Amino acid sequence: MTVADALMLALGAVAVGSGALVVTSTHLVRAGLYLVISLGAIAGLYLVLGAELVAWVQVLVYVGAVVVLLLFAVMLTRAPIGPSPGLDRPAGPAALIGGGVGFGLSVLLIDAFRWTRYDLPEPGTARRVGEQIFGGWVLPFEVLSILLLAALIGAIVLSRPDIGARPDPDAPAAAAGPPPGPVDETAEVAARLERIAARQAAAATRHRQVATTGAAADTSPPTANRATAEPAAGDPGPAGPAALKDQAREVVFGAHANRPALGGEPDEPTAPPVLEGTSRPTPAVRGRPARPALPGGGTTGEESDA
Amino acid sequence: MHAVIPYVIAAVLFALGVYGVLRRRNAILVLMAVELMLNAVNLILVAADASVRSALAGVRPESWAYPAPEPRAGAIFALFVIVLAAAEVGVGLAIVLQYYRLRRAVVLDEVALDRHDHENEQVAG
Repeated sequence: MTVADALMLALGAVAVGSGALVVTSTHLVRAGLYLVISLGAIAGLYLVLGAELVAWVQVLVYVGAVVVLLLFAVMLTRAPIGPSPGLDRPAGPAALIGGGVGFGLSVLLIDAFRWTRYDLPEPGTARRVGEQIFGGWVLPFEVLSILLLAALIGAIVLSRPDIGARPDPDAPAAAAGPPPGPVDETAEVAARLERIAARQAAAATRHRQVATTGAAADTSPPTANRATAEPAAGDPGPAGPAALKDQAREVVFGAHANRPALGGEPDEPTAPPVLEGTSRPTPAVRGRPARPALPGGGTTGEESDA
Repeated sequence: MHAVIPYVIAAVLFALGVYGVLRRRNAILVLMAVELMLNAVNLILVAADASVRSALAGVRPESWAYPAPEPRAGAIFALFVIVLAAAEVGVGLAIVLQYYRLRRAVVLDEVALDRHDHENEQVAG
């Protein structure tokens, strides 16, 4: 009777006792928590037997993931918190078969191993197990990864009702229609939609009128003199869309043509053209000299209050 | 170390798992009992790894009587069984939850295996 034997007996008693509570408890959540204790005791047995990596993987995968999944399922199926009465079948046949299996296996193993002493193996490190897995066992390892992927996809397909669902002939017609939108079409929403549509129609007719009158009135070339050809701010109507287009083109391509040449003599900076009515002059930054006045009417006296 | 101790613990755990699978009516509790059985098998694999390897202390690895040239075969098998159990729990719980969504129950006695789905609807309704 060594220390390892005592440890194994104690951990085995904990594992078997909480395992018995797992299969006999009338509380669903308590059964899951007893399963945590049982699996933790088995992880301790792995540690005593020298399989260190298996013990930690057991703690990670079983206690950390599998039991959490089971408890999630318990709560998703609206299990009652208290004891559930109709949880078990009559105990007779199950106890008979379970007892028979346990008795037979125990007798077999006791007869096979007797009270023989074995040397406890030296504790294995994760490095050796890793070398074995990725050396001699690499093909089963890869097959196992494919199996995990298949189980993942299978679980997703099973839990999504819209994948592979056959149309139910008995389903009522209302359920077959498209799902309702996130916003219900109440009277208020309908009225607002109508108002928006009316405003859009009015804007379209105004735009059409502007286009016809502007083409008739504006005969001068729009790029000749921007100061006169440009419309006043906030009233782009009389110039028409053609003039606006030319103006925008001049701004875009004029900036490209007036860009500072590389390696050339830096001439005095020119103020960028400004679409009147569309941008405001940049206010002077504190501590920096004010820029020259912009054509849009920028003021230079704003740093005086800084 | 007396190797009979972990073996007998594993046998008792397996018997508890069998008892739970046969006794329980809730599908999630049946899955818990299946986890107990898988852990008993894992324990047997790890114990066999320890005991068989120490019994083969004087045997040369290239001899025909040496069954496992890999010194950690039992632990690796246990790792593989753990992965299989994780996949089994994932798919099993997906099935249980889908059945609960259809029938509002997880009681195994009421699962009609011999009837088609729509026929079952007609019988119930």
